[in-house]
Amino acid sequence: MTETTSPHAETSPSTMGASFAFLKTHLREYGILFALIAIMLFFQVATGGILLKPVNLTNLILQNSYIVIMAIGMLMVIVCGHIDLSVGSVLGFVGALAAVMIVNWGVPWLLAGVICLGVGAVIGAAQGFWIAYFRIPSFIVTLAGMLVFKGLTLWLLEGQSVGPFPAQFRLISSGFVPDLLGGAEMNLFSLLIGIAVASLILGLAIRTRRQEQTRGINDEPFAFFAVKNALIFAALVYMSWLMADFRGLPNVFIVMALLIAVYSFVTSRTTFGRRIYAIGGNEKAASLSGINSQRLTFLTFANMGMLAALAGLVFAARLNTATPKAGIAFELDVIAAVFIGGASMSGGVGTVVGAVIGAFIMGVMNNGMSILGIGIDWQQVIKGLVLLAAVIFDVMNKKKG
Amino acid sequence: MPILEMRGITKEFPGVKALDNVNLSVEEGEIHALVGENGAGKSTLMKVLSGVYPHGSYEGDILFDGAVKAFHSIRDSERDGIIIIHQELALVPLLSVGENIFLGNERARGGVIDWHETNHRAKDLLERVGLHERPETIVDDLGLGKQQLVEIAKALSKNVRLLILDEPTSSLNETDSQKLLDLLLEFKAKGITSILISHKLNEISRVADTITVLRDGSTVSRLDCEGGISEDDIIRDMVGRSLEDRYPPRAPRIGETVMEVRNWTVHHPLHPERKVVDNVSFHVRKGEVLGIAGLMGAGRTELAMSLFGRSYGRDISGEALIGGQPADLSTVRRAVNAGLAYATEDRKTFGLVLDQTIRRNIPLAKLEAVARNGVVDSHREAEVAETYRDRLNIKSSSIEQEVVNLSGGNQQKVVLSKWLFADPDILILDEPTRGIDVGAKFEIYTVIRDLAASGKAIIVISSEMPELLGITDRLYVMNEGRFVGEMPTAEASQERIMSTIIKTGQAA
Repeated sequence: MTETTSPHAETSPSTMGASFAFLKTHLREYGILFALIAIMLFFQVATGGILLKPVNLTNLILQNSYIVIMAIGMLMVIVCGHIDLSVGSVLGFVGALAAVMIVNWGVPWLLAGVICLGVGAVIGAAQGFWIAYFRIPSFIVTLAGMLVFKGLTLWLLEGQSVGPFPAQFRLISSGFVPDLLGGAEMNLFSLLIGIAVASLILGLAIRTRRQEQTRGINDEPFAFFAVKNALIFAALVYMSWLMADFRGLPNVFIVMALLIAVYSFVTSRTTFGRRIYAIGGNEKAASLSGINSQRLTFLTFANMGMLAALAGLVFAARLNTATPKAGIAFELDVIAAVFIGGASMSGGVGTVVGAVIGAFIMGVMNNGMSILGIGIDWQQVIKGLVLLAAVIFDVMNKKKG
Repeated sequence: MPILEMRGITKEFPGVKALDNVNLSVEEGEIHALVGENGAGKSTLMKVLSGVYPHGSYEGDILFDGAVKAFHSIRDSERDGIIIIHQELALVPLLSVGENIFLGNERARGGVIDWHETNHRAKDLLERVGLHERPETIVDDLGLGKQQLVEIAKALSKNVRLLILDEPTSSLNETDSQKLLDLLLEFKAKGITSILISHKLNEISRVADTITVLRDGSTVSRLDCEGGISEDDIIRDMVGRSLEDRYPPRAPRIGETVMEVRNWTVHHPLHPERKVVDNVSFHVRKGEVLGIAGLMGAGRTELAMSLFGRSYGRDISGEALIGGQPADLSTVRRAVNAGLAYATEDRKTFGLVLDQTIRRNIPLAKLEAVARNGVVDSHREAEVAETYRDRLNIKSSSIEQEVVNLSGGNQQKVVLSKWLFADPDILILDEPTRGIDVGAKFEIYTVIRDLAASGKAIIVISSEMPELLGITDRLYVMNEGRFVGEMPTAEASQERIMSTIIKTGQAA
């Protein structure tokens, strides 16, 4: 990743000083990103370059897609001041439902997929109903949900694995963006998408900075802004180049990227998102400001259910079978990802991008440690310690500021 | 000889000098009042004294009993008998009175609590503070006034020599406040020294022997109360200018009735047989500032919250008309749309999202006004926040400052801004100046006056009678859930209000 360091050469010592000072005061926002980069660099070196091999990078994304998808929904649930322990079981249940419908009953896969998303939303809504309107603690409602849907998965599958799925359904997880440009060596179309998305993000960042500067509320030094965005741009292009070199961008990657974009926008820019943060920050004050906190809480859980269902479809398609064990303990990875990403247990704080980065930190560690041949025992220990360290860092940093 | 001397205390935070060469000298056995506007440095000084800011993090010396002290924690200062009772009570609501008194200092043998000893000693301490409750009573079941007394009993259990009370009466009603002050005088007779931090100058002139005034982190003056002292003298030292009039002059132009409430009755949410608001009828007119006087617990807040989207109580009955038409106030949203707004008495719990910025808090009640198709226009949002920051003079580094870091007065201005932006016709302000310094109070009174002048109807609920007399046009007196009196403010006086309350209290 040598190309990413070049902007440093042009920065004079004084602007670098300003950049570091800025970084120090905003450590909390960027710390998590640096942690991901550091972890990736570490495993890149430790695995002798295997981590960022095109085939492994593609795998990494496929392996973590369902965690990332659920982390987006969980972020909103946690910002709202709640928790959802049932997502792993819901993922398993929806996967089982899809298998039974498609494999056993011959329902067309597209229709089955839509029904599954609907069922997920209804499951989330059913839990959200008790949490929002009857004020039953979410921990308890979703703990019950976790047991119920784990049981229903077993019942639905009668203890057996059901599969395989038709090829088209499997494309959700195992398909790649076709190369419309017919590149011989690599998937040019995928590379083009990657460059386009990276350019779009860069363009948006520049536009936002200009707008903020005209209002005088931007204190980010230019050098810092330049380095940060150059890094992001380079990383995105580099990653799409790597993946284009293998088989192109996975379909799941596109789905994930869209979800990240849409939910980032929803949480940070819409009235709906703003109100969720207000509810998590102080529910009473939000209610007395005319915010319908019950309905928004309800919708947040319905949304979580739907995303868990989507993750269930992705997971089932990836394994090409629905098993009674699918999804067990996934909720823990998802919740850990959100907290590593900087969300607060008491609600009102956290970002979608943070949660996604948190999910990838977990994912890269899983992947890297597996390549290194570290046993599942020590993997768990290390992941646990990383979660603890991330949250300690966050709390200490908040105290200092 | 002074029991406590703080000499040349200077305490700096990054970028701010919170205390600059402050001197405080407290004589043994006196009641020493510490006054100053919010942000003047009173709390910081007390945190230095009690060891919250440990020795070494400040400059200057603390002499207690003539010896230089280096406190590193609250435990250190408590060992010497310096006990602070904070404004926010530090009691565990679901534990008993006895357990709370000995919390952290349990009567135990080998780690096993001696309940007999606990409750026996607690009973003694409760008697000393004049609280006739059983030690087994759960703290949550006591009123705020009694909880305050439990705190003091807890302080007594630690062999207190210097008792520091931070705004002890800010959430107490008149009767409980008087009792508390009497207790301080009783302690004084027994030789206990106290430092009283308060905004209520009438209380200070009643009990204090000496007053130290702080302003902007420095000692401004030390006043001796022996020859009698006027509140105006204290205020002049506090704000650095004479406040000829504590209330802005006004020339009310009152129009037609804008809101009318008839036979409003509200039942307690947990005890449905209890009427918290009982058959209340009132009206308020355009351009009018209407006051609702009464003691704490009279049902004023409950009345306001039940009107505002049924945010309090159950089995609510009665009629509310706005502009002559029956108004739908069944949810907060609908109440806001009908033109009603309610700024809460408890801004931290009910008014603000503390961890969010000024910019995020101000448009919260009418977010759709800064959004298009559900997408917030951050440019417009910032504009709105800037406008109100200027208009209400919210002292802050920028609109991106989190409201948790603002002083009480400025937090209150953010709450007001939020409701001004929602642009209501009728604005209910519940204790709008509680815990706010004199300067900020004047600013808030000015905002209220200007709102009324622009044709809004303002309803002010306040426990500070001088304030009601100073800023309203007409008053209702509320007691035990009922409206028991109505009078033009011009004909009202503190005595008349109190006697109205007391007479109805006796009749009941």
